[in-house]
Amino acid sequence: MNTEVTDVSMKDDGLREVGWLRWYPVWSRNMRVWRKLIGPALLGNIGEPLLYLFALGYGLGGFLGKDIQGLEYVVFLASGLVCSSAMNTASFEGMYSAYTRMAVQDTWIGMLTAPLSIRDIITAEVIWDGTKSAISVTAILLVASIMGLVADGWAILVIPLAWLVGACFGSMALVVTSLAKNYDFFLYYFTLLITPMLLLSGVFFPIDNMPEMVQLIAKALPLYHALGLMRPLMIGQMPVDILLHLMVLFAYIAIAMPLAIRLISRRLLR
Amino acid sequence: MDTPSTKTTQAQPPVIDIEGLTKSYDQLTVVDHLDLQVERGECFGLLGPNGAGKTTTLRMLLGMTPPDSGVLKVFQQSIPAFSRQIRRQIGVVPQMDNLDPDFSVRENLRTYASYFGLSGRDLEKRITHLLEFARLTHKADALIDMLSGGMKRRLTMARALVNDPQLLILDEPTTGLDPQARQLIWQRLRELRHTGHTLIMTTHYMEEAQRLCDRLAIMDHGKIIVQGTPRELIQQHIEPHVIEINGVGQEKWRAQFKMDESMRFETLGESLFIYAQDEKAIVADLCEFDDVEFIHRRANLEDVFLKMTGRDLRE
Repeated sequence: MNTEVTDVSMKDDGLREVGWLRWYPVWSRNMRVWRKLIGPALLGNIGEPLLYLFALGYGLGGFLGKDIQGLEYVVFLASGLVCSSAMNTASFEGMYSAYTRMAVQDTWIGMLTAPLSIRDIITAEVIWDGTKSAISVTAILLVASIMGLVADGWAILVIPLAWLVGACFGSMALVVTSLAKNYDFFLYYFTLLITPMLLLSGVFFPIDNMPEMVQLIAKALPLYHALGLMRPLMIGQMPVDILLHLMVLFAYIAIAMPLAIRLISRRLLR
Repeated sequence: MDTPSTKTTQAQPPVIDIEGLTKSYDQLTVVDHLDLQVERGECFGLLGPNGAGKTTTLRMLLGMTPPDSGVLKVFQQSIPAFSRQIRRQIGVVPQMDNLDPDFSVRENLRTYASYFGLSGRDLEKRITHLLEFARLTHKADALIDMLSGGMKRRLTMARALVNDPQLLILDEPTTGLDPQARQLIWQRLRELRHTGHTLIMTTHYMEEAQRLCDRLAIMDHGKIIVQGTPRELIQQHIEPHVIEINGVGQEKWRAQFKMDESMRFETLGESLFIYAQDEKAIVADLCEFDDVEFIHRRANLEDVFLKMTGRDLRE
């Protein structure tokens, strides 16, 4: 075979040295692994929210006997579950799957012996977390629209928003991953942050009647703002405070992502 | 201490140039003012007991461990400042395989190549060659879990070549392999050396180092204790003859045998080792004793290694 060495000088780097594209092969790798495991992956990300939708939406909704914010409960819930599935999908991916790549399979170490940096890898992971959320939300949105739970075509905007929400929760999850010593560590984050957020941000019921304090905390966390954008789009309304909601989500990314890069560099490049 | 290499051509700058490299973790100095040059086209071996600083040195070469101080250059570029760019020209065989278990053999090569921005027909051709080179053509579509340890190692080596690197960094490339697998890797490394590649490797196998390396350095406690060609090290640092003595009669024999200054002995477990300039008198005397077993052999690299680093277990 031809492995003859020709020249010590640097090879032509060409397009592949364009910094902002270096995340692509890493993202693409994750995508290809996901495609191999598409069955269980989709079932996990979509099955659970749909189960909630049927059980709570029709079961509990039947008992409620009245509308919530002028909506049938199942419609209200569908718009909430779309949002929470974006959060859950990205959080799982940014923790369990990313931890596997970081600490179990040494996938990232392998990438670091190629001309990639931690920044490239984490950028790819965040973009990938958003992608996965967008995929989950697309599937749920499809089912919900078949069931007649989606108001109109504007709901399609939920998909790019799901990407943003996924990137936001993925960045946060990667910070947790950078500190994890094992998989059990993630339970802290789920129990202390994700589950309270799920219950208290308005996914299952409006939070207007909750204590002031709870409302304040919820408004400081990203899921409330994700809902503020996604729910109106699902039920045929124009979201209000769009800029504020977007800014909160971007702010979480702007803080969490560089922090994850720093912490993971400290962990792997020592 | 520093013996000049016999085959150095001074015209070209060294591929690896390390001066005063130091790295500590907490209070422990793992690499201690290390100086090292590896010339283009040579195979350089780093030997040393566990914890000597070999792997840390290799990690620093790749920019994966930031040094505390010292100058580190690969292809005349400063590391870690340019490490990401320089890794484009480096192939790495890490101590632990980190192949992608979700991909087949071929997909592993393809995916790794994508990290270098490589794809397309040229790459597919190259992958076919690399599979042949690693004798994995028949396993091209197998998943990683289906491979033996030797096959995984060969795949890791093929993967390290996917970017057509000029420098190969190999951390214990044959550890844990059976003799057949090891022979194949040796053969491949020799081929790479003959095609002009520069190799730096660590190993615990002295036979491997003696066979493959043009030059080597023995490290301990983060420092290079000796370096040179395998021959030079054996000639300069150890007596040429070794006699290993066993058997119930060894005490009795030793009590009557007169050692002189040209001989040095060591006991290790049940055995007595004598290192000598001239073996004849010892062998002749030993032949007089029926209840001792002995082996006379030429000194090898392992004898140098044990003399330099001691016989204590390192853990």
